[in-house]
This record gives sequence, structure tokens and C-alpha cells, in this order.
Amino acid sequence: MTADGGWVWMYGVTGDNAEPFADGVAGVGGVGGSLPRTITAARLTAVVGDVGDREYGEAALRRNLEDLDWLARTARAHHTVLEVVAKRGPVVPMRLATLFASDAGVTGTLQERADDFREALSVISARSEWGVKAYAVRPADPAGEPGHQAAGREGPATGPGAAYLQRRRAQLTASKDARAEALASARTVYAELGRFAVLSRLYPPQAPDLAGQQAPMVLNAAYLVADERVGEFAAAVDDLTVRHRFVQLTLTGPWPAYSFTGDGDGPGPR
Amino acid sequence: MAQGSLAPAESPALSPGPLSGPQPANLGDILERVLDKGIVIAGDIRVNLLDIELLTIKLRLVIASLDTASQVGINWWQADPWLSADAANGSNRRALEEENRQLRSRVKALEARSRDDG
Repeated sequence: MTADGGWVWMYGVTGDNAEPFADGVAGVGGVGGSLPRTITAARLTAVVGDVGDREYGEAALRRNLEDLDWLARTARAHHTVLEVVAKRGPVVPMRLATLFASDAGVTGTLQERADDFREALSVISARSEWGVKAYAVRPADPAGEPGHQAAGREGPATGPGAAYLQRRRAQLTASKDARAEALASARTVYAELGRFAVLSRLYPPQAPDLAGQQAPMVLNAAYLVADERVGEFAAAVDDLTVRHRFVQLTLTGPWPAYSFTGDGDGPGPR
Repeated sequence: MAQGSLAPAESPALSPGPLSGPQPANLGDILERVLDKGIVIAGDIRVNLLDIELLTIKLRLVIASLDTASQVGINWWQADPWLSADAANGSNRRALEEENRQLRSRVKALEARSRDDG
């Protein structure tokens, strides 16, 4: 714990460009409401904030991390600071709840891991992260649905019951085919966009409620794109949207490069 | 799954490109990034890894509901041994699914509240 009974929350690490942070990080309220500040060592700058023991101490943290309300608030605050920092230059984001007992701990980490940080910074320098999601949708033009063609091939129904069954079967076929089409499109879109990116990775699709969408998500991808190719990349997203009628694409970003700075020794899936 | 439910409830505008404004980040986008990603530094507070794993599994279920996934035939993360050990366990899975439902409705409420605030 720090002398005044708190902890040092680490947001991320950026290059030796502390000067732009002299005024604090643009007045952004950070985690726990405290103004972010910087610690410089080994020609690296850590963006940190001061948080109290009552809410961020080990026991409190363990409890609070299981509280979705607290977690959402904290994650947004952490992200907001990183977003502001990322606008000024490449930043290696820390995982949520990376806490030190004192500034000396942060300084020590910057020195010990300097090579890792520098390598991570070089990967994301002059590049930005973009998110692309695809949702399975039904095309507006029903004649284009595969199910209609399947129904046509089966010929006319011979009675009301048979007609119902045939209609129902056609609907199910259309629905199944639409999903197969959406899935195939998702794979194509993922690969095609990769041509404009330096790196890419897949996230699991999000649940419809969380994504604020009823349509099933069939692709949730992140791309690291060179700054000079962002226009091309976005144009490719538009183009793919037009060409693939069974998916609807959305683009998010630029993100701090969360998805492309990991060193692979954490507890999470890789 | 009902026929009509493949169509989005509220059609989002298609992304016209970064210059004209991509979609805003939702809570799920942020959580999946800040919890799983970034360089892992051992800070001075060591939150029990088991606790974090439990937390993350819960969020995984919130973020990637298993039923949605099987509906569209995507199971990328089910090949993930880290998650699937628990996900494959039958009775445990039912309990997790129930918890997932509750968490999802809470997240939805939080999202709605933060939209109102913002």
C-alpha cells in the first residue's frame, strides 16, 4: 500500500513522451475518480492513477470483480483513459486491475520489462485496432432466398395439410440455408479483410442481448491496420457488406491495441 | 428458433467507414478486451487466479451465449479447452446457463442505464 493508504492503478505503457501528459491526461477522470498521472523510467512512460484500499485492496477487489455493476464502471473508466492516451501515440494496455503498492513498483516493472514493452510498442506503432462484427440477416429480397428455390422444386401440394408441411419445410430450409450462407460469408469476410491488416484475431461472437441486437452474431474479429490503410480497410468493409447479403457488418474503432499486445502468459484464452 | 428472429430488431446503420463514424463500443466489446488482453504484468496485488478465471468464464458465457452459437453453427471457442471443460459439464452447464440469463439481463439494464447517463 502507498503511504496514504492506497494503490497505484496501471492503465498502460507508452513511449518516452511524457511531456504531453504534463497536464494530466486531458482532465479525464480515471478509475476511482482520480486524475491519471505518469511515471517515467527506462525511456518508457506508465500511465497510472491512485486508488483507495477500501475499494481496490486485495479483498475488496476480489469481491468487486464479481459485481457486474462495479466491473462495468471500472472497465469503462480504464478504457476511457487508454482511449485518450492512444490518440496521442501507441500505448500497451494493461489488463484490468493491474495494481502496485507504490510508484517504485511501477518503475521497477518498466525497467524489468522494458524490452517486452518496447517490442509491443513497435508492433502497434502507426497502426490501430479495428473491430468487425457480422450478423446473420435475411436478405430483403425474398426471391433470392435459397429456400424459395427448394420449395419450387418440390412441385405443388396435394392438400391443405401437405401444403402446410411443405411450406413449413421450405421455411426451415430457407432458415437453415440462410444461416449456412451467413456462416460462409463470415469466413469469407474474415479472410478478405485480413488482406488489408497486419494482424487479425477472432473473438467469440457476442450474445444478442449484450450486443443490442437480435440477429445472431456470426463473426467478431479484431484487426491491426496500418494507419495509411485504414481508408482501404473501411472501404473493403463497405464493399463486403454489399456483396454478402446474408450478413450485416459493423465496424468499431479505432481501439487502443488491446488485442495485439498480449504476451501469452495470462489465464485467459489465447 | 422463430422464423422472424433472424432479422435484427433494430436495424443498425451499416458502417459507412471510419470517417463518417463507426459504431460506438458496447460494454461487451470493452470487457472482452480489458479482461483478456494486453500484456500481463504481475502487480503487487495478486488477485487469486482462480477467482479471475471464474469471473472470466461467467463473462464468456455472457458474451458468447452457447445457444446463440449452436444456432449459427459457430463453435470457435468451444474448442477452447480453457472454457469447454466447464461448458461441457451437463448439470454445471445448466446452472451456468441460468446464471448467464440473469447476468445478461443485468448487463442489458446496465447498458440501458449508461446510455441514459451518456
